[in-house]
Amino acid sequence: MDVATFLVQCLNALQYGLLLFLVASGLTLIFGIMGVINLAHGSFYMIGAYMAYAFAPAFAAHAGWGFFAALGLGLVLAVILGYALEWAFFSFLYERDHLQQVLMTYGLILVFEELRSIFAGDDVHGVAAPGWLAGSVPLGDLMSYPVYRLFMSAVCLAIALAMYLVISRTRLGMMIRAGASNREMVQSLGIDVKLLYRGMFAAGVALAVLAGMLAAPVTSVYPGMGNPVLIICFVVVVIGGIGSVKGALAAALLVGVVDTFGKVLFPQAAGVLVYVLMALVLLWKPDGLFRAA
Amino acid sequence: MSGATRHRAAWIAAGLAALALFPLVGGKFGVDFVTKMMVFAIFALSLELLAGQVGLVCFGQAAFFGIAAYAAVRFTPQAAPASVWWLAPASVGAAGLYALFMGSLSIRTRGVYFIMVTLAFSQMAYYAAHDTPLGGGTDGIYLTLVPTFTLAGLEIADLSKARPFYYFALAVLVLTFGALALLLRSRFGRALAGIRVNEQRMRAAGFSTYPYKLAAFVISGMVAGMAGFLFAVKDGFVNPELMSWHVSGTVLMMVILGGLGSLHGAVLGAFAFSLLQELFKSEAVFGDFAKHWHLGVGATIIVAVALLPRGLAGIRFRSTAHAETQMNADESERR
Repeated sequence: MDVATFLVQCLNALQYGLLLFLVASGLTLIFGIMGVINLAHGSFYMIGAYMAYAFAPAFAAHAGWGFFAALGLGLVLAVILGYALEWAFFSFLYERDHLQQVLMTYGLILVFEELRSIFAGDDVHGVAAPGWLAGSVPLGDLMSYPVYRLFMSAVCLAIALAMYLVISRTRLGMMIRAGASNREMVQSLGIDVKLLYRGMFAAGVALAVLAGMLAAPVTSVYPGMGNPVLIICFVVVVIGGIGSVKGALAAALLVGVVDTFGKVLFPQAAGVLVYVLMALVLLWKPDGLFRAA
Repeated sequence: MSGATRHRAAWIAAGLAALALFPLVGGKFGVDFVTKMMVFAIFALSLELLAGQVGLVCFGQAAFFGIAAYAAVRFTPQAAPASVWWLAPASVGAAGLYALFMGSLSIRTRGVYFIMVTLAFSQMAYYAAHDTPLGGGTDGIYLTLVPTFTLAGLEIADLSKARPFYYFALAVLVLTFGALALLLRSRFGRALAGIRVNEQRMRAAGFSTYPYKLAAFVISGMVAGMAGFLFAVKDGFVNPELMSWHVSGTVLMMVILGGLGSLHGAVLGAFAFSLLQELFKSEAVFGDFAKHWHLGVGATIIVAVALLPRGLAGIRFRSTAHAETQMNADESERR
C-alpha cells in the first residue's frame, strides 16, 4: 500500500468513524442517562437521509445557503419529532423493564420503515452533494479525495468539539454527566429530570438525523438503511462504555479504522472484524473502554 | 393444586388438543403455517430459558438455530438419506458446542454488554456461513434427502410429507416444553431462578453461579438447535440469513411479547407474533394495504407494550383475589 492510498484510507476511516460518532453519541446518551435501549435510533438516521432526499433541490444547489437552510430545517424537524416521540411513546416506559422498551422501539422501527415505504417508495435514490462542495482534492499523482467527504469530517469534528464543551464546561453538561452516573440523585437535587430527558432525547434524534442528512450524498438513500447503522452504533456504544461520550468517540474512530482497513487488507473477513474487536474489548474490559463512573 | 395452576393446565390442555386436531381441518397452507409456528415456539422456548428464567438476554440465538440447520444439511450423506436418530443429535450437538464456546466467554459480561457480546458471536457465525465455502455463500444450500424416521425397520413418519412432519414437530414441541418444565422444577431450575433474582446472594449461599449459567446457556443453544434442525428439514433449504441478527431479534420479540418468566408465554408469543404477521400480510383482510403489513404489526406491538406490561401471558381472564396476591408475590420476587 503506497502512501497516497494509505492516506485516502485514513481519511475514509476518519470520516466513517466520525459519522458513526454522530449517531452513537445520541444513542449512548439516551441509553446511559435515560436508561432506554432505543432500537429506533437507526430509523432517525434513515429519516435524516430521506430528508436530504426530500430537500434535494435546495440541498444540492450551487449557492451555499440552500444547503445550510436544508440542514437547519432538518434539525428543527428532528427536534420536534424527538420531542413528540418522547412525549408519546417513551415517557411512560421509564418505570418498565428494559425489554419492554426494546419491544416498543422495535415496533417503532417497523412503523417508520413502512411509513417510509408509503411516502417515499422503495427505490434507491442518489442525492447530489452541494455544487460548491462537489470537487475533489488531488493527493499525490494519481489519487484524489472528494471535498464533500472532507467537509463531512469537519462538520462532525466541530460537533464533537461542541459536545465536549457543552458536556464538560456548562451547567447543562453537569446535569447530563450527573444523570449518567446517578439518576435518582439528580432528581432529588431538584433538577427537572422530565425536561432534561425530553431535551436529551430530542438532541439525540437531531444528531442521528444530521448524520443521515450528511451521509445521504455519500451512501445514497435506500430502504432499511438505518438497520446496519443501528447495529454498528450499538457496537460502538458498548465498546466505548455506555453513557460515555468520550468513549463513543474513541470507539467510533476505532471501529472506523478497523472496518475501513479490514475491507482493504482482509476483504474476505471484513464483515466480522468489527465484531471480533468488540468481543475482544469486552472480554478484556467487560464494561467497555470508558465506563461513565 | 391452586386455582391459577389449574386454570393454566386447562388452557394448555385445550391448546394441545387444538394443535393435535388442527391437521384434520386445516388445508395445506394451514398445516404448513402452523408447523412453522411450532418450530418458532420451540425456538422461543430456548430463549425463554435464558432470558426469562436466568435473566440472560441473549441476542445471538439465531447462531444456534442456523448452525444446527447447516449441520443437518452438511451431515446428510450424498448418497442416501440420514436417519433422524443420529442426524438430529448431531445437529443439536453442533449447536451445543458453539453454545459452549460462546457461553463460556460471554457470561463473564452482564446486562447490555451480555446482549452485545452474544450478538457479536452470532455475527461471527453469520459471516462464517456467508463468506466461506462451508456455508455455500449467500445462495445457501439445499437439503435434497429428507432424513428417515424409523424404528426397528418400520417407518414411523414420512418427514417429507406435510402432515407427518406436523405431528413430528408437535411431538418435539411437547417434549421440549415438558422437559424444560421439569428442569425448572428441579434443584437446578431453582438455582437458575435464584441467580435471576439475586446472583450475589446465590454466591453468598455457596453456589458457584458460573457453571449453572453456562449449563443453562448450552441447554438453550441445544433447544434452539433442535428448532433449527426442524426448520432445515421442513424447508429443505438453508442460507446465512437464518443466522442474521434479524432472526435473533424476532425470537426475542416473540418472547417479550408473550411475557418473560413463563414457558407458556414463550409459546403464546411465538404463535401471536406469527399470526400477527400473517394477519397483516393477508390481502383478503387488508386488500392493497397488505403490502404495508409492517405498519400493522408495528402498531400492534406498540399498543401491546402500552397495554400489557406483563406480556400476553400476563393477561388474567378472571382477576380473582388469589390471582392478584399471586401477581404481587411474583412482582416482589422479581424486584
